[in-house]
Parts: sequence; structure tokens; C-alpha cells
Amino acid sequence: MNRALLALADGMTWEGRALGLTGETAGEVVFNTAMTGYQEILTDPSYAGQMVVMTCPHIGNYGLPEEDAESRRPWAEGLIVHEECRRPSNWRSDLSLHDYLTRHRVTGIAGIDTRHLTRHLRDHGSQPGVISHVDTDPGRLVEKARALPSITGRDLAGAVTCDVAYDWREGTGAWPQHHTAEGRGGAVEGRGASAAGHPTSAAATPLRVVVYDFGVKQNILRRLVDESCDVTVVPASTTAHAVRAMNPDGILLSNGPGDPQGPSYAVPHIQDLLGWRPVMGICLGHQILGLALGLSTYKLKFGHHGANHPVLDLRSGKVEITSHNHNFAVDVPAAARGGLDTPWGRFEPTHVSLNDECAEGLACAAASVLSVQYHPESSPGPHDASYLFGQFRHMMEAAHV
Amino acid sequence: MPKRDDLRRILLIGSGPIVIGQACEFDYSGTQACKALKREGYEVVLLNSNPATIMTDPDMADRTYIEPITAEVVERILDCERPDALLPTMGGQTALNVSLDMHARGLLDKYNVRLIGADADAIRKAEDRGAFKLAMANIGVATPESYLVRTRDEAAGAADAINFPAIVRPSFTMGGAGGNVAWNREEFERHVEWALLTSPVGEALIERSLIGWKEYELEVMRDARDNVVIVCSIENMDAMGVHTGDSITVAPALTLTDKEYQRMRDAAVRIIREIGVDTGGSNIQFALNPADGEMIVIEMNPRVSRSSALASKATGFPIAKIAAQLAVGYTLDELTNDITRVTKVSFEPALDYVVVKIPRFAFEKFHGSNPALTTQMKSVGEVMALGRTFKEAFQKALRSLETGRCGLTSLHGLDRHLPGDAVAPDAPERVRAALREAHPDRPWHIADALRLRVPAAEIAAATHIDPWFLDQLDELVRCEQALLAHARESASRAAATGAARPVEARDGAGAGSPPVEERWRDPGALDLLKEAKRLGFADERLGQLLDIAPEAMRTFRRDHLRQPVTFARVDTCAAEFESMTPYLYSTRGRECESRPTTRDKVVILGGGPNRIGQGIEFDYCCVHATLALRELGIETIMVNCNPETVSTDYDTADRLYFEPLTEEDVLNVMDVERPMGVVVQFGGQTPLKLALPLERAGIPILGTTPDAIDRAEDRARFSELIAELGLRQPRNGAARSDDEARAVAARIGYPVMVRPSYVLGGRAMQIVYDDDSLRRYIARQMFTAARYPLLIDEYLANAVEVDVDAVADGADVVVAGVMEHVEEAGIHSGDSACSLPPHSLDADVLDRIREQTVVLARDLRVVGLMNVQFAVRGRDVFVLEVNPRASRTVPFVSKALGVPLAKLAMKVMMGRSLRELKFTAAPATSHVAVKESVFPFVKFGNVDVLLGPEMRSTGEVMGIDRDFGWAFAKSQAAAGLSLPREGTVIMSMKDADKAGTVPVAGALQAMGFTLLATRGTASYLRERGLAVTTVNKVKEGRPHLVDAIKNREARMVVNTVGTASSQDDSLSIRREALRQNIPYFTTIQGIQAAVTAIDAMRKSPLTIKPLQAYHSG
Repeated sequence: MNRALLALADGMTWEGRALGLTGETAGEVVFNTAMTGYQEILTDPSYAGQMVVMTCPHIGNYGLPEEDAESRRPWAEGLIVHEECRRPSNWRSDLSLHDYLTRHRVTGIAGIDTRHLTRHLRDHGSQPGVISHVDTDPGRLVEKARALPSITGRDLAGAVTCDVAYDWREGTGAWPQHHTAEGRGGAVEGRGASAAGHPTSAAATPLRVVVYDFGVKQNILRRLVDESCDVTVVPASTTAHAVRAMNPDGILLSNGPGDPQGPSYAVPHIQDLLGWRPVMGICLGHQILGLALGLSTYKLKFGHHGANHPVLDLRSGKVEITSHNHNFAVDVPAAARGGLDTPWGRFEPTHVSLNDECAEGLACAAASVLSVQYHPESSPGPHDASYLFGQFRHMMEAAHV
Repeated sequence: MPKRDDLRRILLIGSGPIVIGQACEFDYSGTQACKALKREGYEVVLLNSNPATIMTDPDMADRTYIEPITAEVVERILDCERPDALLPTMGGQTALNVSLDMHARGLLDKYNVRLIGADADAIRKAEDRGAFKLAMANIGVATPESYLVRTRDEAAGAADAINFPAIVRPSFTMGGAGGNVAWNREEFERHVEWALLTSPVGEALIERSLIGWKEYELEVMRDARDNVVIVCSIENMDAMGVHTGDSITVAPALTLTDKEYQRMRDAAVRIIREIGVDTGGSNIQFALNPADGEMIVIEMNPRVSRSSALASKATGFPIAKIAAQLAVGYTLDELTNDITRVTKVSFEPALDYVVVKIPRFAFEKFHGSNPALTTQMKSVGEVMALGRTFKEAFQKALRSLETGRCGLTSLHGLDRHLPGDAVAPDAPERVRAALREAHPDRPWHIADALRLRVPAAEIAAATHIDPWFLDQLDELVRCEQALLAHARESASRAAATGAARPVEARDGAGAGSPPVEERWRDPGALDLLKEAKRLGFADERLGQLLDIAPEAMRTFRRDHLRQPVTFARVDTCAAEFESMTPYLYSTRGRECESRPTTRDKVVILGGGPNRIGQGIEFDYCCVHATLALRELGIETIMVNCNPETVSTDYDTADRLYFEPLTEEDVLNVMDVERPMGVVVQFGGQTPLKLALPLERAGIPILGTTPDAIDRAEDRARFSELIAELGLRQPRNGAARSDDEARAVAARIGYPVMVRPSYVLGGRAMQIVYDDDSLRRYIARQMFTAARYPLLIDEYLANAVEVDVDAVADGADVVVAGVMEHVEEAGIHSGDSACSLPPHSLDADVLDRIREQTVVLARDLRVVGLMNVQFAVRGRDVFVLEVNPRASRTVPFVSKALGVPLAKLAMKVMMGRSLRELKFTAAPATSHVAVKESVFPFVKFGNVDVLLGPEMRSTGEVMGIDRDFGWAFAKSQAAAGLSLPREGTVIMSMKDADKAGTVPVAGALQAMGFTLLATRGTASYLRERGLAVTTVNKVKEGRPHLVDAIKNREARMVVNTVGTASSQDDSLSIRREALRQNIPYFTTIQGIQAAVTAIDAMRKSPLTIKPLQAYHSG
């Protein structure tokens, strides 16, 4: 195994083994604490511009089953792991991490003390870094890391969004079924739940949803299909005029990479669409919505990246364990905690992180808007917040009446 | 929601004695629950019959009943304590069953007591297999095809539908008495019969076998607001077919995709809601078909369990404590995570390390048992290890087991094997054969198979172990072979250059001896060694592989590897937040997070895995050491590797190192912590073995010196000591050959007690009556006389054995507890019942015992605890054994007397005098406490239950009352045997006991019992005027006495035997009594005590009294 080096802009370096495509790569280094779902993470367009440190020490164990990808290819600029699995074991895949990364031209590094690196990022903040298999001189690599542009303000969403609009028809049920036990005396998966355990509504009237693609994860689309929606995905730059022409029942602002200030060109269009049709925001979409409402956004020290984040629903008092992946957050000023009056109506904070009290959700009954900072589509992660897609559907149905 | 204020007093029920399937994990959970509830201001009433627990310490609960866990006792407690609520989920299946029983009898309603944590409905739905299956069908979760049966006919019908193999499980039992696999009709019928008998409700489940499927467990918590979190996922390396308690398990699950894991998580959430465990934790087990991902739920435990203890230790999430808080109304988001102190417990721990649990077995103790691992649990303990990778954790776990193997040592002499080397022609076949059945040695056989390059696919097919795990083991084997190849290469290079140094550097290879350095100092070799250390290889194992003495290996590693051990924290969050709790494990990383303090501090070495002879009693002592040190303002540092214990709770000691108890691992801790001293005398043999190496490394040993310990343990030095002090010990000698052995035996006179030297817990100890059986014994033990001479002792027939626990401070000695054994000397002291105070010995003998104890303690300069075993024959007192350390009886004596002996001893070891501590004499008591042992015979088919010099009990109970009779009766009830007040007694006595039987039989007859006896016993008793009916022995035709037992005609069985042949003849009597759970006694002393107890039971009703009332003066 060839040597490789990881250098951070603040001067720290880690030596490891080359993983994936031989070469050099750079990006903002963030850590993710999910214990499963490396493939979903790699293929999540929100990781564009970033290199992911997996805190889970064994990565690649179950191969890379194709149908678990969240987009057509990996977007993370680099992957940093403690130990890569050489011979994976799963009935759906025997592709090794190294081969997958090589095939998809991703450069990574293994053999890193990821706990040390994570503690460093936690204490000193996410920052630019470089992985190199070819130049393992620490001084030079640190210089390269320092020279990297900051992620702040960059329009990464524009780089990952689709070129042209397209329709999506596949639900979560398309995942391998095999899981029922019919004919063996066992019970069959109950009604009202898809194979992936998400609630599904008994399909009545299909609703039409336009999804603003800032870097959308396919599971958002699948969950909408589960909710009997006809989905059209449109590029991030799509105008409100164009959306209105499509006459959808609702609009979803998708997740995506980087700073919401980057794709701020979307803000006026969203402002135009607010109040016209129900809107659901997720992650970057939530942040862009915040900008549209006149709120500001800020960068977190090391972000939220994981599948174990407790979020309190302020209305029900219940806690949901959720999937997170964001470096930026909407700044809900103390004065607005009780509610925020906007031209479209009063927005209420709906969710808050139990870990750091970060604002995690906003809703407006008058304008039929619900928006969350985290990932109700999970993938990877728990399905606790999946009900939000149902709420979105109800909002659209109510707006119909 | 804040805590409930409609509750004031809460009854908590423990799990009783340590048995297979219910060990000290329930002391851990019960202790956490007690502490949590008290801290919330509730009054806690506790019932547990096990005195060796921390939870039964008098300051844990407000009122502590060390009484049998029976419906009768619980009702009495409800009546006099009038608790508002009963928390049934902390004491394993025992507490759950008795609570459900109380509910079924309407007693909870009668006394207006609410079940909290899980209500009766939820418990029934989870435990009743039919109800569970229905509930799962309701929520669309698949269960295995199965049939509930109550008769053999119904079972036969089920077998037709399912085909073989089929699983047969009794309903309503804990893992200890789980299911069996039937591969054919004959096995099936046998298992069905057993299951119907074992089930408290006479019901069995016939189930489709999922053997070979992957097995997982999820630990789930739910609060009153219906918030649910999964604390931990656990993957069984051993697939379905091996009980999870007997499986090697890992956390987190390592081979599940996110899709598979989330599907399992969703099912778990739906299950806990459907079953209705409102507030608390549950364990849910799943099987996953490795071929297509089909998922099936196996079972759910609506309570804390062994796995939840493991999950708590694995993640730092204190499940039992939180479960108790949820039970009184808190919600998860209201409780703060102790480890981070900033986040809430409403989250799911993220692990950035791997946890491996390996069970510890004791098949060698049960002659005639088959060491096959099945769906019925047989392990007696477990170890847990943490590492940054599976490989590192696995290797640490292997050496934590203390089975004499410091890694994946070869069982087929392949430790020097490299691919291409010639091997014994039958080796591959032997290795392959060994793989086919699951047994405790399987990981070692797998390693051998990998050494022989048996294809992984073949190993996976034979073992059903996921190829991922096999590949990890293969990496270990390949690393080992790379080291061997290098060693071989450098040796041949050395030979070629003429600088032939002996490759065997074992001979006295001292610190940094040249051969090691020369062969391993080039960068390539150093990289190999570093890689090996990163993979978790022990120095000792490397030394074994490379023919380097362990000492030299360690010195070389320290001087040349420049790869220091680092300690990482268990922080629940994969480093996302700072950990405020020093719960540490070793690894090889970039930074050490131990952050030792500069306070005065002491390291306490724990007892390692539970095993027969070394269990919870020692953990109790270690925990007390931390309590005492805390009172003295000294920082406490615990090192232990047993996840079931209170000692490994992160809030027991100030700092916790979850590490193997080997010289290397312990010294690593010492290097970082630099304590003022180390406690080795509280954790049993495990830390004691480390005393000398630690002393050599310059670590002060607190209390009694290692030399004094050696004087007591070394046979020759001990004999000298006894002679010097003018005391007596049984005549003895050592022999290195057949002839020598016969000569020694002749000098001493038969019967003699024989055992190989250097054995623990009476291992392989036996009483031998003549030359023939001596020869047979020697042949069977196959002892290599040269290395381990045979020890031969005079067997003191009909002697009374006495156990003494004392505390000494170097000047003063307090003889705290003097316990008279019920069974005669020769029965292992750990297996005997005993009484405190003695119930038959006279004052003069007791005085002499006390005097001798004092003399021994003074001469050995004991500082701390000391245990002495005496035998009394007539008026003669013999010293059998002196152990200058904590003994198994310390917690019992402490509870019986109301004196915290271990705590006092710890303070003495820190320089306090007994006088300062105001402990100068044992308190006088007006009550009697009886300790009774509990055995796992029912788990091992066809093993004889006769007591002997080899210890086989797993746990103990205490009966306490105003007189011996009731105390003994309670001890029997607590051990699960209810002595009859009337009915028929079957007797079959050896000749030597017949005279002693007469008064016993007379007393029974006078109390109205009907006597049934075998021919010899019957005629002997009839001749002496007793009315006895003769019953056939098994060989004498039918109906015979086993028929009588099977037909439940007898309420009690008494059977003593002498010779080996009569033992074999009567084995079926004892096995049948065991199967039918009829009280049986195999010693004359046992039945004498039972008769006294029955008499007491007939004369006065059961009374109960909390421990606190006994000791309030």
C-alpha cells in the first residue's frame, strides 16, 4: 500500500495509506459520525467541496450496493477513513471501497487516526485540507491547503444541480424487497409502510411537486413518490415564472452543498413562490428559505454530520433522532424565537437541536411552509422524521380544497 | 415530564443468585436503579437473596430484604411495606416472573401497587410466545414459523409441519433455560419433554430453525412521551444456533448496510410500542438471512438484560439508570448525558471503536458434559474489550479470558507454520472436523484453518460466520505469518553469514538482549512489529511466535518501537463532544486522552471474567475498595474487563480503564497513571498473579506483601509456616510418579485427597480410596509429573470445615466471621452451605480457631483481609488453607454481621489502624445467617450433582433469621428448593451414613412424613423401630425409586453414596430429582440441617425482616 498524506490548512498533517484513485485532492474537511451509510454519504451531493472523515473505524464492510446511492456518482472530494475493508461481505455487493473509489475517480486516504483528526476538527473547526498520494511532503501540502479557497460564499449548489429538468417516479419500495416472510407462517410487512419502513399514503390524487435541485438526494424524491407525488426536478437557477408555469401543487427546496449565500440567486424566486403554493425546505433549501425570509445564516464551527442527532419538536414535545449534514445554519435571533412576522405570515420555530440548541425547523401555517435543517429523508440515518413528507402532502391537499 | 410525585415508596426486586444466564449484570442494573431512585428522593425497598451483591449493601436501599424471591415473601413485603410501585424490570427473568405471578394472583391490586417500567400486559405480550407472535403480526414484523404446544402429541404435529432441524423452547424462562435444536425425531421428543417440564407454565414453542442466519440485538429505550432511542446495535459473530450469551458479539453491528440497519431499527421501534414497554429499556433480537436480507424478529426482553449491561459498557449510556428514571416519569430529553455533561440522553450513541465480547466457559468442571454450543446458554462469564478496530478489540478480548492463551495460539501445533511448510497429514482434516461444531475453541480452530489456507468460503459454510469476520481473523494470521517469515529469513541470513546466534533466545534472554535487536532492528522488521501491535498482538504472543522471552520482547518494544500505547475515551459521541468522564481503553493512536491527575491515587485491579470460583464476590470487594478510598479522599482507578459488573460502571471508580488484566496491559495503565499503590488482594486470583510482576516493576503493592502471599500459597513454605507456629495441617506429600504416589498414600493412609499442583478452585481435585483408583486418577489426569507434581493430602473424613474471615492491620487482628460448613470437609468450601455463627461447634474449639487465625495473621504480617480454612475432627483443629486476601465469603460475612469488611480492610491497607477505625471485635449477633450454594447442573446434561472437592457452584444465596432452622430453610427456598412440611421422603444411604440416618428418619417420621427407602437403608431403619416402605433401586426392577420421583410421589430425596460404582448406579436418582426440582440432599449433614429447618418451618410461620433492622442493634 502506498503512502499518502493528509494536510490541513492549520498545519496539521496525518500520514496514511493511499485509497482510491491515485492522485491529489482537496476540500473542506468535515467529520461524520454515522456508523452505517458510507455509500449514501459519498454520493450525497451536499458533500461537494468537502472531504469526509468517517469516525466509524471500519468502512467498506458491506460493499457498495448500487441501489443505495443517493445520486449518480460520489460527490465528496475525498474520503478519510481509519480502516478500509478489502473484502466486503453482503448479499447485494462485493465491491471493495478501493475499487469503487477508483472507478469513480475519488481519492482517499486510509490508516488515519480518525479520532485524533475528529477531535482536532472539533476543537479547531472544519477547514480546508489536501490529500495526496503523490506529494507527501508535509510542508508543501500544508501550503496547498492554505491556498485553498474558503467554502464560504461559493456556489457549490450551482455546480451539482441538474442541467435540465427531469421527472422522477421511483419510490422507496424500489429497494430490494425480499424482506417479507409470506408463506412461512410469519407476518407480512404491514400496510401503510414501504419496504424501507416509511409511512406511505394510500394513493389517491397524485400531487405534482417541483423540486428545486440544489444537490438533491434521491431519497427525497423517493419519499415524495411514496407520498403519491409526481415529481419534477428542476435546476437551481429555475425562475419562479417557470415554476408557476408548471403549476405544481407544492415546491420542495432541496438539500445541497456549501454556503446558502452561494446560490442566493434563488432567493427572489423563492420569495415570489412563497404563499403561492406550499413549500417544504430541507437543509440547504431550509437555509435559502431563511435568507428569503430575511434571516441571516452563519457557519458552524464543525457542523452537524451524523445520524444520531436528537431534535425536539417544539409543538409536540417529542424528540426525533435525525440525520444531519450541514455546516451552515439559519440564525434565528432570540427575538424571533417566539415567532417571526414576515410578509407571508408568521413563521414559528418548530424544531431545535437538543445537542446545541441550533434552530432546526421553521413553519408558517398561513403560507403553508414547513422547513427543516436536517434530513427527514434520512438515507443514511433513522426514519423518525419521515412523517414530515406526510405533513407536506397534507399541506398540499389542504391547499387544494 | 418531570418525575412522578404520586409515588413515594418503590419496591425493587433483584435477580437472586448468580446462575448461568443471570449473573452480576443484574447487580449492576439493580445498583444503578437503587442509586437513581434514591437520588430522586424515593424510598427504595429491595428484595434480593444474593448477599454478594452491591445492591444489597445496607446503604443502597432504604430497606433491604435478603430473603428468598418467592411469591410468599413478596406478598409479605407488600403487606408490611405497602409500596406504591413495583419496578420489575431490573432483576432479570426472576423478578419479572415473580412480579407477573403477583399480578396474576391479584395481589398487586389487593395492595394497590402499580407496576412501573413495564406493566403486566406488556410483560405477558413479550414473554408469552403466542401473544408475541400475534403482536408482531399486527405490526407487520415477521416471526419464525412456530407452534405453541402443551402436550407431546401437539408437539409431534408441529414437527410434521416444520421439519428438522427444529428449535424447542420452554415458555417463560430466561436465557439460562432456553431452547434446544432437534435434528431428528428422537432428539425432538427428548427436548419437548424437557421443555414442557422446565416451563413454569408447562408450555413449549416448536419453531422453524434459523440456524446459520446472522443474529443481531438492538437495545431500545422508550419514555412516557413515546420517544424511542436505540442505544446500541450488537452483532453476533456466531450465527443463529448459538445462544447469544454463548456467542462472540460485537458492537456496533459491523456488516449491515444502512438500509438493513434502519429496517431493523424501524421494526424495533414498532415492536417496543406494540408490546407497550412504556418507560424503560428492552432488548430485541433479530435474525437476518445472509442470502437475501430477509429479517425475522426472534424475541424481546421487556427489561434490562445481560445485553443491556454490555451495551451500557460498550457505549457509556447507562441503560439501567436511565430506565429507572424513565420509570418514574422523566423523559429522555430531560436527562443529561453523564459523559458529555452538555448533551441529553435522548440521542443514539455513536461509536468510533469496536467492542468485542467473548464468553467464558467452564465445561471442564462438568465431567460428562458436551462442550457444544447450542441455543441453551452454558457460559459462566464474559469479557469485553475495546479497540479502534475489530482485530485489536478481539485480541484484547482473547487475552482477557485468562484461559492461558495470549492470542490465537494454535491448537494443532501450527504456530510456526508458514504456507508451503509440511504439516502432519491429518492436520487439515482434524482442523476441518473441529470447525463443524460450535464450541468454545472455535476461533482458535478457525485461525488454524486459515493457517492451512482452508478457503474462507469453506470456513464460512462450516461455521456460518460472516466472511467479514473471517477476513479479519485472516489478517491476524497473515500478520503472524509475515513475522514468522521475517524471523526465518533473518535466522537463515545469520546462519549464512556464520554469525550463527541461537534462534532460541528464550534461555534467559534478558532485557534488550542482542539477538532480538539484531534480528528486528531494521526498519522493515520494526514496521512489521508496529503493525502487529496495531492489530492488538500481545508482547507475550509476539514472544511466543518469535521465540523471544516476554520480558525481552517488552523491553525491545519499549526501547525501539516508538509507538506508545495511547488511551482513548468512551464518549458516546465519536468525539463530537468533549468527554468529561475518564472511561478509557488502550489503543495505538496519535494522542493519549487519559489526562491523569496529580492527586493521590490508587489502582484497583478487578477480577476479570466471572468463572466458577471467582465471581461477583470479588467484584463486590473491589467496589468496596473504591468506596473506602473515596472516603479517604484518594482517587480510585479501576482496571477490569468484565462488562457485567458494578466495578466497570463508569461512576464506580473515579477513572475506569476497560483493559485485560495481563502484565502488559496493566503496566501500560501504571505507566500513565503512576499511582501511589495498587490493590491486588480484592479481585481473586487474577490480580494476585500480577503481584510479583507489578512489584518487580516498582509499583507498590498495598497491604499484605507479595512475599507473605507466596508464603501462604507455596506449599512447602506453607508447611514450614504451620510447623513453626506449632499448628497442625493434614498430613501431605507430593509425588512425581505412580510409585511415589502410592508410597505417599500409604504413608498418609487412605482415603486421600489428590490434585495436580497449581490448580485453582479445586480443579481436578478428588478423594481417592485405594491404590487402584489412585492409578486411574493419575492416568486420567495425564499430568506430567515432572512439571506439575501430584499433591496428596490426608482426607479428614467426618471432619467439620470452618471458614474464617479476618482483618488485620499488621498489629491487631479482628476475627470477623467464623462460618461452620454444613457439609463435611472434602466438599469444596465454595460449594458448601455454611452458617454464621457456627451451629454445632463448642466454644473451646471456636476459641482455638480464633487464636490460630490471629497467630497466622500476625506471623504473615497480614495487612488487609485474610481467610483461613480449618477442619475440625473431634477436638482436633487442622489448618487447611490460608489466603491472605479477600475471600468468597467476605460479602456474606459483611451482610451477616453488618460490618463492611472490605472497606475496613482497604482503609487498613492505606495505613489506618483497626483501633482508629473503631473495629476491634466482631459484633455479637442474635441471628443466624446461612449461605447456600447454587449449581448449574440443570444446564449440563447427565452431569452428576454429587458434591466433591472440585467447586462447581456459580452463585450463592443467604437465608437470615433468628435461628438456624429458619435461616437454613430460607437459604434452600432462595436457592429454588422449597422444603416440604409434609409428604413422602425417599432415602438411599451409604453404609457409613446409616447410623446417622436413624435420628433424621425418626424426626421426619415424628413430623408425619412417610418414609420410602431402598432395601438396605429400609431394613436398617426398620430394625431400629422406624416404619419404612421399601422401594426398588433402579437395577432391582420396577417400579423403582426413579419412577417414584418421576411420578412426583416424593417431596424430598436423600441419597448419599460412597464408592464410584454406587455413584454410577444412583446417578439417575439425583438427575431425576434435579429435573423435577425436588429438594435433594447428598450428604448426611445436609439432610440433618434440612430436618432442623423443616421442624422450624412447622413450628413457626415465615417472618421477614430488613437487613437494616438486624443491624440497628
